[in-house]
Amino acid sequence: MLTILFDGIAYGMVLFVLGCGLSVTMGLMNFVNLAHGAFAMLGGYVAVQAMQRLGVPFLASLPLAFLAAALVGVVLERLIYRPMYGKSHLDQVMFSIGLVFMAVAGTDWLMGSTQQFMHLPPWLQGRFEVAGIGIGRYRLFVIAICGLLAVSLQWGFTRTRFGSRLRAAVDDARVARGLGIPVNRLFALTFALGCGLAGLGGALGIELMGLDPSFPLKFMIYFLIVVTVGGTSSITGPFFAAMLLGVADVIGKYLVPEIGAFIIYALMVVLLITRPHGLFARVRA
Amino acid sequence: MRAETFESRVRQALHAGRRWHPAEIAFWCLAFAAFLLFPSQLLLLNEIAILALFALSLDLILGYAGIVSLGHAAFLGTGAYAAGLFAKHVGGDPLAGLAAGMAAAGLLGLVTSPLVLRGTDLTRLMITLGVALILYELANSLGWLTGGADGLQGVVMGPVLGLFDFDIFGRTAYLYSLCVLFTLFLVARRVVHSPFGLSLRAIRDNPLRASASGVPNARRLAAAYTIAATYAGAAGALLAQTTQFVSLDVLDFHRSADLMLVLIIGGAGYLYGGLIGAIAFKLLQDAIATFTPQYWMFWIGLFLVLFVLGGREIIHGGVKAVAGRLAGIGRGAAR
Repeated sequence: MLTILFDGIAYGMVLFVLGCGLSVTMGLMNFVNLAHGAFAMLGGYVAVQAMQRLGVPFLASLPLAFLAAALVGVVLERLIYRPMYGKSHLDQVMFSIGLVFMAVAGTDWLMGSTQQFMHLPPWLQGRFEVAGIGIGRYRLFVIAICGLLAVSLQWGFTRTRFGSRLRAAVDDARVARGLGIPVNRLFALTFALGCGLAGLGGALGIELMGLDPSFPLKFMIYFLIVVTVGGTSSITGPFFAAMLLGVADVIGKYLVPEIGAFIIYALMVVLLITRPHGLFARVRA
Repeated sequence: MRAETFESRVRQALHAGRRWHPAEIAFWCLAFAAFLLFPSQLLLLNEIAILALFALSLDLILGYAGIVSLGHAAFLGTGAYAAGLFAKHVGGDPLAGLAAGMAAAGLLGLVTSPLVLRGTDLTRLMITLGVALILYELANSLGWLTGGADGLQGVVMGPVLGLFDFDIFGRTAYLYSLCVLFTLFLVARRVVHSPFGLSLRAIRDNPLRASASGVPNARRLAAAYTIAATYAGAAGALLAQTTQFVSLDVLDFHRSADLMLVLIIGGAGYLYGGLIGAIAFKLLQDAIATFTPQYWMFWIGLFLVLFVLGGREIIHGGVKAVAGRLAGIGRGAAR
């Protein structure tokens, strides 16, 4: 049971890294980016290809995934995302779904539709037991990395100048702009960071979630749950939402596999029904 | 006295909207004439008619009531499975199956409407998406009822009205679908030009003001949502009956996304948007499929992005301009 819990936490950690970028971009620009998963997929493919084709070691492939996704994020933000900020949510949703479809089909065309695998170095394989709990080495590694990331993000968000500007811009972009905070540049940076984190999460998550061209569609709903349940104004909100989701999903799949993803969707609908306004409706003056 | 003149003005405006435009008559004549003009394309035409009905359904809630939905496939799927199961277990009469599909989807719409009426656009998008995903999972896991991933097989349809058998060329199928589409279109036309339809538009444009002037927002929206669900159920039932097969595909997410593209192409908020969009969409799909059968998804994504970036009212605006010009010519001739 505790082993399942442990797996759930690892899964939740990856979800957090994947989703936190989305929650910040959503909060900052009120922009619904369903294509967030596409950046995660990009990171995953970059990591796998770098390891298989170029022989890059595993640890070095992770920053590569981050950089590639962040770079593509910056370019796309500049070129095609920016005109979308002022449009309605419906337009944004359609636009980003279009991007997801292109990413899915494009990846299928480039890479083939087969499942990708990560070759882990020997020191990350296998599992060991501590007090009767089976702990996978890789999962421990994931938890450590993501935990470190979460802590440093929280620190950056609450303690640095960048973080306080960001929070100011999320709370009220107009006033922040009036105070001389370069909101657009801030947003471009944040967008890149979010995409990079998604890419890193995608690379880390291959072992846990798998990776194939349909990844952005399959996990779109997971990111959205993390964001809706967690809210957009903090790091801790999405963190706990991701934990909850990860543990619930893993436990559900272990204990009652026949109803599968059902639990997640039901959870989402119930949460949205019970707290319809507290999740998205941010009071904007 | 003033109240009376105001009332008569409203009545006049409603009547003016209800009057048939020559272009509309021409449109429907063409739709029926297509049966004779393109005898080899009837299967495609049938698909267009069904998609048009489905788009009409989304247009009713999106264009008129302003409710965004990313899970409209839920109702299509419910209608399709209800009609398919009806044909399999109860009887093969198409019209009874159609009624069953519409009733099932309408019921689902009624039950889920309280969920949809809450919150902002974004919450609505997510809830509708979630409902559709839940139904997909349900249909997938209830294999004994729906056939699961293999699809519902053994759907055998009787002749329409006891007279016209379904054939492999889609002759009966197209006429049947077109007649259902036309009938439901007439109903929709009547609905949107009624005071009820007017109140929906009022809610869409300014909910606060609408409720201040005495429109029961929640009930009106719930009614509109239920009607739209019934329409989508009819489209699903037609799909199940004319293909005599139901697969999980009817509940798939891409159905809802395709539908959005249809409305983007055609333009929302006037009944012909869905119909024109459906024609354009299917022809586009057919054309692309002839030279790149795979990767249809890429193209649909590209079109979505381009349409949204370029402003989504392109075709809608064009059609409106042409219709306006035609109306101008008609008026000039009348004088």
